Amino acid sequence: MSQSRRSRRFADIPDTVVFDAEQGRRGYRLNMWCLTLMKAENRAAFQADAAAYVERSALNAEERQAVLARDYNRMIELGGNIYYLSRIAATDGHSFQKIGSMMSGMTEEAFREMMLAGGRKPHG
Amino acid sequence: MARITAGVGVSHMGAIGNAMDKGLAADAYWAPAFKGFEFSRRWIAEQKPDVVILVYNDHATAFSMDIIPTFALGCAERFEPADEGWGRRPVPAAQGAPELAWHIAESMILDEFDITIVNRMEVDHGFTVPLSLMFGQPEAWPCRVIPLAVNVVQYPPPTGRRCYHLGQALRRAVESFEEDLKVVVFGTGGLSHQLQGPRAGLINREFDNRFLEMLSREPEKAAQIPHVEYLREAGTEGIEMVMWLIMRGALPREAREVHRFYHVPASNTALGHLILENP
Repeated sequence: MSQSRRSRRFADIPDTVVFDAEQGRRGYRLNMWCLTLMKAENRAAFQADAAAYVERSALNAEERQAVLARDYNRMIELGGNIYYLSRIAATDGHSFQKIGSMMSGMTEEAFREMMLAGGRKPHG
Repeated sequence: MARITAGVGVSHMGAIGNAMDKGLAADAYWAPAFKGFEFSRRWIAEQKPDVVILVYNDHATAFSMDIIPTFALGCAERFEPADEGWGRRPVPAAQGAPELAWHIAESMILDEFDITIVNRMEVDHGFTVPLSLMFGQPEAWPCRVIPLAVNVVQYPPPTGRRCYHLGQALRRAVESFEEDLKVVVFGTGGLSHQLQGPRAGLINREFDNRFLEMLSREPEKAAQIPHVEYLREAGTEGIEMVMWLIMRGALPREAREVHRFYHVPASNTALGHLILENP
């Protein structure tokens, strides 16, 4: 029911997941895990062996898979919020432009060019 | 008596802080963005505020999903820059103004704006980038700074109207403080940008410019913009723009615009900047 309520509320916003109560509840574990990467020693451990690092975490199988695949759109579906997920990008040395290109299925170069040309139009 | 002499609206994208930290500000890509702050740095050097009240949002740094205050006021002596995952920005810690901050908290709560009091918090790019843009790269920030953090990450953020009214309460609070202090309020964040999902890279030049114009001249109208409109027109992260309404509410309606700047792109974001003086 909350799903349909949400889709009505934000129905006219294309291609967008709003980080509302439902997403927040779903994403608590994944988002809080991302914050472990704010410590340099944890970033080093994740860089050295990401699979082992997520194996030691409380993340479930779906979340682990999405993290290891760096599938940001999937992580967002699972309740991830971009500011939390950006800790993964930071650990990978990826900018917001880089992950923006990944989420919109573009090359980083094409994304950068799109931004230089004034960005993506809000209404498709 | 303390007095709010001016308001500054400014975006706070991390990439622009990174450009300054890495010495890239004169590059062809970044130079046009920094051009808009040449006036502002001269202006604020002349203004010499004693205190800046900096309205910004924390990006899952000091706060997390464990505790999400809608409005939180930093009452500490000192605020250290945080490591957000890229390492700490090489910028000075900010000296707080605890006596004024506690006064503001007390005044606002009794004025029925129930703000959260924070005595220890690190500050992220949302706080440090506006200081860098306005003051450059000094050894120490030239004034004391009170952080006012607003939740705009977990939906729903406070409404634009609530932010505007909170700004008015902030003004009443400052003006009831006995010490003679010059206070400038920064409203930060925005303008249009969406960092997440297939719509990442959204920019809405028309919406942004309409917002700047409305904020400057018809703030009550700007305060009526509903959340769904920000999300649809300015992107999921563009909703940060509600924080500019706190700055605007802290100034009288007849505040005079002395500077305006708009530039696309700064990384994934539209860079907006406005300076208003209390006549």
